Amino acid sequence: MSDAQFVEMSAVDIAAGVRSGAFSAVEVVTAHLKQIESYDHEVKAFVTQMSDRALEAARAVDEKRARGEELGALAGVPVALKDNMAYRGVETTCSSKILRGWIPPYTATVVERLEAAGAIAIGKTNLDEFAMGSSTENSAFFPTRNPIDLNRVPGGSSGGSAASVAARFAPIAIGSDTGGSIRQPASLCGVVGVKPTYGLVSRYGLIAFASSLDQIGPFARSVEDSSLVLDVISGHDERDSTSLSGRSYDHQASDGGIEGLRVGVITEMMDGLSDSVNKALAQAIESLRSMGALVDEVSVPAAKFGLTAYYLIAPAEASSNLARFDGVRYGLRVEGKDMNETYELTRGQGFGPEVKRRIMLGTYALSAGYYDALYGKAQKVRTLIANDFDAAYSNYDVLISATSPTVAFEFNAKSDPLSMYMSDVCTIPSNLAGHPAMSVPFAGDEDGLPIGIQVLAPSFGESVMFKVASALEAAAKYRAVPQWASTEK
Amino acid sequence: MSNDDISIETTRHIAYLARLALDESEVREYAGQLSAILEHAEDIASLDLDGVAPMRHTLSVVNIMRDDEVRPSLDREEVLASAPDAQASMFLVPKIVGEE
Repeated sequence: MSDAQFVEMSAVDIAAGVRSGAFSAVEVVTAHLKQIESYDHEVKAFVTQMSDRALEAARAVDEKRARGEELGALAGVPVALKDNMAYRGVETTCSSKILRGWIPPYTATVVERLEAAGAIAIGKTNLDEFAMGSSTENSAFFPTRNPIDLNRVPGGSSGGSAASVAARFAPIAIGSDTGGSIRQPASLCGVVGVKPTYGLVSRYGLIAFASSLDQIGPFARSVEDSSLVLDVISGHDERDSTSLSGRSYDHQASDGGIEGLRVGVITEMMDGLSDSVNKALAQAIESLRSMGALVDEVSVPAAKFGLTAYYLIAPAEASSNLARFDGVRYGLRVEGKDMNETYELTRGQGFGPEVKRRIMLGTYALSAGYYDALYGKAQKVRTLIANDFDAAYSNYDVLISATSPTVAFEFNAKSDPLSMYMSDVCTIPSNLAGHPAMSVPFAGDEDGLPIGIQVLAPSFGESVMFKVASALEAAAKYRAVPQWASTEK
Repeated sequence: MSNDDISIETTRHIAYLARLALDESEVREYAGQLSAILEHAEDIASLDLDGVAPMRHTLSVVNIMRDDEVRPSLDREEVLASAPDAQASMFLVPKIVGEE
């Protein structure tokens, strides 16, 4: 087995091969580390690489097998971790100057579960600072480039994780999704990205952005791999009281059958799409129909207010959550003449422009005199959105839309904050309702840039969501290839 | 909600509430951008939402209780190792109580 073959392999096949002894975890990890060595200077997906630890962990998996012990579902599978997940002993930064140098004294539950299943953490990936952004340009350190076209952004905020999977640095990665931060970069990088039902995956060890919206989920190059990873990371955790007991996701190999399933295309999300995205959505609808699904347009009227509600609720929660970065317990401290000035200088110099903008917006929305008109009203709109989704799901098994209104854009193309916020117009409503949704790569535009289709489902509707995503994957004629591997370029 | 632009003065006050030291150019920039973002938020201002319950989170759970039992917590020295300043097993901060 060559290095080139290892980096193209699925997580399912790697784990099967390592378990059977067809090849070793060390061989798999070594191949991926070489891929990182060869191409990450161009992509810049990683904030921190974990090469030595990864090789050590791979050796431990191989030794376990040599002793005849049972290996887990992700034995020897390299995984890239968004750098807002705590990993004990490894610097965790949120791509922010304010947290640089922080060595967490604990590990996120998802990471513990991945490692218990035999997965090998190979590095911490770049993000928009504190997961606020849609292009990874807001990282305080450096932007990440889209492996499919290095002159374009990978999307965000989990841009480093999406890029690492697209670049074959790892078959799977972990991200977090508050308003689309897994699905939008998945769409722009041509990989699968899943935001699970709120409460299905523990958030313990995820550095909070907006706690009522944040959810952790997987990236992969196949629907099956993403389903397997969700199986491993889902389930109750007593350290996160919002992780629901008695709920987990069971991976089943999907047989694709979608005949008779009722699929609604969300009317409110058909406006404002670029021509190529519009065309891809039309093709997806045709494909689903040809496989026997019953596809119709359905209106989710309040979804059009999602962006507004989100940009009041998420900054409000962020302004509260990020109060903990005060220069006392971790990270940066810029000393002032007294404690108040120390707070102000630390936060003024430690946070980047977008994070400060959202803290300001959230503080304003929560301040006396505006609370009811802004934050309070947004929470009521959230109820409307959830109600309108419920009404749609009384007639449809799943809903679909484009994931992103456009393909990957160029650097500095959206310098106005509002135009960047618009990138998440199709993904935000699922977070507000707490529902699962995923992006599956479906088509390429005329330049070969990836276009993802979003599949949305009601709470705990992951099984039917994966089934429809598998059908779209099977119908897709497009496969995203890194720029350096593409012969046309 | 109103169409009124957010003033420089209000922006300074919000920055104080959020404990963010901003320079003059940042204050001007944020005043303009917050006004633009909140103008976009006008689309929900006209909605009649009387009688609609606010949604604070999407779960049906209310309180989560666990047994009150002694268990290990984070290692104190490991936690303090990442603090900007620590002494005698405590976080060290600048003087809070003034002398005047």
